[in-house]
Amino acid sequence: MYDMKALYEVESVQNAVELRLAHPEAQIIAGGSDVLVQMREGKRAGKELISIYGLDELRGITLDEEENLRIGSLTSFSHITRDPLIQKYCNVLGEAVDQVGGPQVRNIGTIGGNTCNGVTSADSASTLHAYEAVVELTGPGGVRRLPIHEFYIKAGKVDLREGEIQTAILIPKASYENTFGHYVKYAMRNAMDIATLGTSVNVRLSADKKTVERCRIAFGVAGPVPMRAERAESAANGQPLSVELAETFAKTVLEDINPRDSWRASKAFRQHIAVESAKRAFLESAKLAGGVL
Amino acid sequence: MEKHEMQYKAVRFNLNGKDVEKIVDVRASLTDMLRNDFRMTSVKKGCEVGECGACNVLIDGEAFNSCIYLAVWADGKHIRTLEGLLGPNGELSDIQQAFVEEAAIQCGFCTPGFILTSVEILESGREYTDEELRKLLSGHLCRCTGYENILRAVKKTMYRRLGRPMPQ
Repeated sequence: MYDMKALYEVESVQNAVELRLAHPEAQIIAGGSDVLVQMREGKRAGKELISIYGLDELRGITLDEEENLRIGSLTSFSHITRDPLIQKYCNVLGEAVDQVGGPQVRNIGTIGGNTCNGVTSADSASTLHAYEAVVELTGPGGVRRLPIHEFYIKAGKVDLREGEIQTAILIPKASYENTFGHYVKYAMRNAMDIATLGTSVNVRLSADKKTVERCRIAFGVAGPVPMRAERAESAANGQPLSVELAETFAKTVLEDINPRDSWRASKAFRQHIAVESAKRAFLESAKLAGGVL
Repeated sequence: MEKHEMQYKAVRFNLNGKDVEKIVDVRASLTDMLRNDFRMTSVKKGCEVGECGACNVLIDGEAFNSCIYLAVWADGKHIRTLEGLLGPNGELSDIQQAFVEEAAIQCGFCTPGFILTSVEILESGREYTDEELRKLLSGHLCRCTGYENILRAVKKTMYRRLGRPMPQ
């Protein structure tokens, strides 16, 4: 038994909005792999829950009319990894979420929950930042869309307003087109562990594969919320592709990031692995894009 | 402590091939319901926070830790536990037999969970490398540290079902 005050199961997105307005103190539960664990720990004990888990309309991945990838917020990690559209246009996201927890956690955990709980270590978050994903929220006033970096306000706090639920995450065509990415999760063990640092890079090369047209990099656990490293991106954008460029790019991330000391790792160690991960992820992305190094 | 109304809900689902119905307390986990209301005692209470895999069951063919799954979410689903693998006269399934043959059991507490994940792996009909199998089995803890024997049992059954000899 969970120590729960009441459970409200939503029947539609509209019903979710109504229940959110009627019970403003209630906690939304999607897959529950964070919420139910926190309830067991006592952190969320005695709370009311609004379960949106039954909303199958929020599952699945499609291309919208502008060919943006649209990921329903309740799509599980394992379904993202196996999805043909993800494999074709944004394979790195499938690879990143394939490193969350273990197999059973990836069957229950949702991308909406992973982003709405606002933690910096979320394995999906760095890739979503690196692809400039857009978060779709549905509330009493209709649908609101905002860039994912604006969605994260501070550690554990996202811009989810009164009556709202997150209904989708979009990856713009402008971000994924002709772009290849790689994610490096640094953790103590291969399964059932939280990232000490997560690094997601993606690269678009010129037609002759010799110049970096556009590069993006984002980190998890390099600051209180997931973050892009824009100075490092500027150092690589428009430059001829080379191993030296990868090294310059990687060192520049230290001007962007602000990791902390924690029991998992020291600040100095996180800085060290940030540089190394950035270099490896950049080189791998460039290779996937057809670059010769 | 604040008092509040008890809240119940009717849940209809298919358990090991049989349609069932139960009125459950909404605070129940799927583990609670399967053990207490249906006597499915193969579903073990281990860590109860989704880390050890002892409570693993198959829901619509996918492995889930039933300790972090609300019982009411079972409504409309097909759920399989270890009890559902037995033949009509209690015969062991091929994967259970392989666990016996490979001594992939010591205390047995993790075994039902491991076997149901193995069933999901085997029912994909695919051939996996050792590395892939290790990753697919990584959501389970065995405190008797029998991982190599477990891996061998799954691999052996995978090749038997594929109708091929196991590579040495």
